[in-house]
Amino acid sequence: MTQTDTRVGPAAAGPAPGPARPFWTSRRRDQLTGYLFVAPQLLGSAVFVILPLVLVVWYSLHEWNVLAGTFDFVGTDNYAALADDPNLGAVLRATGLFSVGLVVLNLGLALLLAVLLNQKLRGTILFRTLFFSPVVVSLVAWTIVWGFLLQDNGGINGLLDTLGVDGPNWLRGEGTAMLSVIVVQVFKNVGLNMVLFLAALQGVPAELYEAAEVDGASRMRQFWRITVPLISPTILLTSIITVVGSLQVFAQIAVLTQGGPGTSTTVLVYYLYQQAFQFHHFGYGATLSIVLFAIVLALTVLQWQMRKRWVFHES
Amino acid sequence: MKPGKGLAVVAAALAGVLALSACGGGEAKEEGPASLRMTVWSANEAHLKLFNEIADEYRKSHKDVAEIKFDPLPFENYTTTLTTQIAGGNAPDLAWVFENSAPDFVASGALLPLDDTLKKADGYQYDDLSPATLKLWQNGGKLYAYPFSTSPFGVFVNTDLLKKAGQKTPAELISAGQWTWDNALAAAGATQQATGKAGLVIRDFDYKGWDNLSTFWTGWGAQAWSEDGKTCGFASPEMVDAMTTLHKAIFTTKALPGPGTTADFFAGDAAMTVTQISRASLLKDGGFGWDLVPLPAGPKGPYAVVGQAGIGVMKKSPHAKQAADFLAFLTNPTNSAKLAQFFPPPRQSQLTAETLAKTNPKLKPEQLQKVVIDGITNGVVKPSHAGQAELSQQVRAGLDPLWKPDADVKAVLDGVCAKIQPLLAK
Repeated sequence: MTQTDTRVGPAAAGPAPGPARPFWTSRRRDQLTGYLFVAPQLLGSAVFVILPLVLVVWYSLHEWNVLAGTFDFVGTDNYAALADDPNLGAVLRATGLFSVGLVVLNLGLALLLAVLLNQKLRGTILFRTLFFSPVVVSLVAWTIVWGFLLQDNGGINGLLDTLGVDGPNWLRGEGTAMLSVIVVQVFKNVGLNMVLFLAALQGVPAELYEAAEVDGASRMRQFWRITVPLISPTILLTSIITVVGSLQVFAQIAVLTQGGPGTSTTVLVYYLYQQAFQFHHFGYGATLSIVLFAIVLALTVLQWQMRKRWVFHES
Repeated sequence: MKPGKGLAVVAAALAGVLALSACGGGEAKEEGPASLRMTVWSANEAHLKLFNEIADEYRKSHKDVAEIKFDPLPFENYTTTLTTQIAGGNAPDLAWVFENSAPDFVASGALLPLDDTLKKADGYQYDDLSPATLKLWQNGGKLYAYPFSTSPFGVFVNTDLLKKAGQKTPAELISAGQWTWDNALAAAGATQQATGKAGLVIRDFDYKGWDNLSTFWTGWGAQAWSEDGKTCGFASPEMVDAMTTLHKAIFTTKALPGPGTTADFFAGDAAMTVTQISRASLLKDGGFGWDLVPLPAGPKGPYAVVGQAGIGVMKKSPHAKQAADFLAFLTNPTNSAKLAQFFPPPRQSQLTAETLAKTNPKLKPEQLQKVVIDGITNGVVKPSHAGQAELSQQVRAGLDPLWKPDADVKAVLDGVCAKIQPLLAK
């Protein structure tokens, strides 16, 4: 490709005198080709990621009233307002609770399922498909169905009733609402982490277990001393994905609880949606999204830094 | 040779794309026939058919308007969706506005003043519009939206279900002078017991849309906030009485379905429902036997509550003039009479049982007089306040602890006032 190009270029006409070198050298052509190849991706992220990010920072410095069509620069007023927001404490608490609950339950269950499915037992393929299928289901459809199941007279309580248990009104109790939202989300996505763990487990060399067995190590000891260290890169990956995802939860809250009862399930993304799109405080909503960005960034950096302490191959 | 040069090329390309995408959001003044879009909350076929018929007729005589599109947005998120469209630079030309966001829209300057266009329209009879219905939509003496629908709340009754449960129908109670909330709730509770279906549903409340409860507490003389909007009314003794009665009806006598339980009256799942007459279109022919009666009397006697919706023209629309002109056509005496079958008009001359009966095949003149005309004349408008969305959210969160069997009604309502008083005082 490059050879043909140089021949038809002006350079092919013979050595040019002095410093007047042709513009389209083969190296420049290669560079152009490279840039053209990455251009679609670069343009996409510029338009849909970087530009909105810059705009959000810009909006956060303004008081933007959509109805009146006013857009006034207010400097850092919106950031100062964070300190006076009576709801923000409860919102951050709810966000933290959701994230911790989701990460612990999701990773714990995913690892447990992966270990079980990694055994050579009959029916593992069926179960693997079963647990993975919610991942490909539409999130909103999944959540709406769960909304019906979790109603006071819904499927879950109907089931509990046949067992003689009087189930709570899941989505209306302060504690049970948060628990319900977490569990609905865990079941939705546990399959993805499970498959990642399963792949990692199958990558652990069998001879290590054989050697450990010869040395008389128990199954438990094998798990903690061989399995966990060897799949730790996957644990890091899944925990980063899950933490970041948990902080961005929105649809489940919007469909199931609308942030209630009280403000018990008003997580940060839902709260910034309320501020911007329902209360028309777009500037303050943008400020809240900067807060969210800072939290996600800080947690990701922290996890990345901490990896040296516990991730195999990284120390 | 420097990589900087290549980067400069990429940067220039990016800048071009950004400039293009920025231009896409701008509003260009269009030449040629206008395309109008009006957002509405109703996706009801009968409503849309009538709208389209009127629009088609308008286009025949107005060649400068090529298309009029009615864009139904879901009722639950109507105002949010509308403001999102406005924020995104995709504002409609005309918009339906609910009473609860009326103060925000009217005061914002987003809407075009309509007085001149309406007064000048041929045969419009502006003075026929009832001043009481215009109040909410005026600011500084200008009208910013036409009170398209002033719809009183009434009680739709599934007479089959009540009879099956051996209960007196509201019509019988009314003729005996016993149509009170006490009796209505008793009948609802008994029907629930006997049939397993829901007793009485306050439609669109669903333990979130609390402003629909004003159809209940107004009977006790309670209000969400004072007339001037500055003082919270939730902690008043009247409100505590009303809410105590409601709480008992939900959790003790089960006259109302509890939180997290859905029951659709129009699907035959409930004996009674409190809603606006525009929902009469949901009644199916050949379904159950039904009736429409006024709201039961509360301890303070008979009362009525109305919901209002206005239609405004977005000032920023490139076709604001055509849009206002179409609005004048849509709401002229002839079309107002047609629309009256779903949306009670603000025109005094049309608020007679006779006129309404012509276009309301489903309702009897007596029902129209008692529920619609008396309701519009005496009704209290559902609560509305500037910054309603934020207030509404605070009230919803504040009321949530009430929807439990062991709630302390007085304490919960005090808590609501503690939350919203700072917002009201703003």
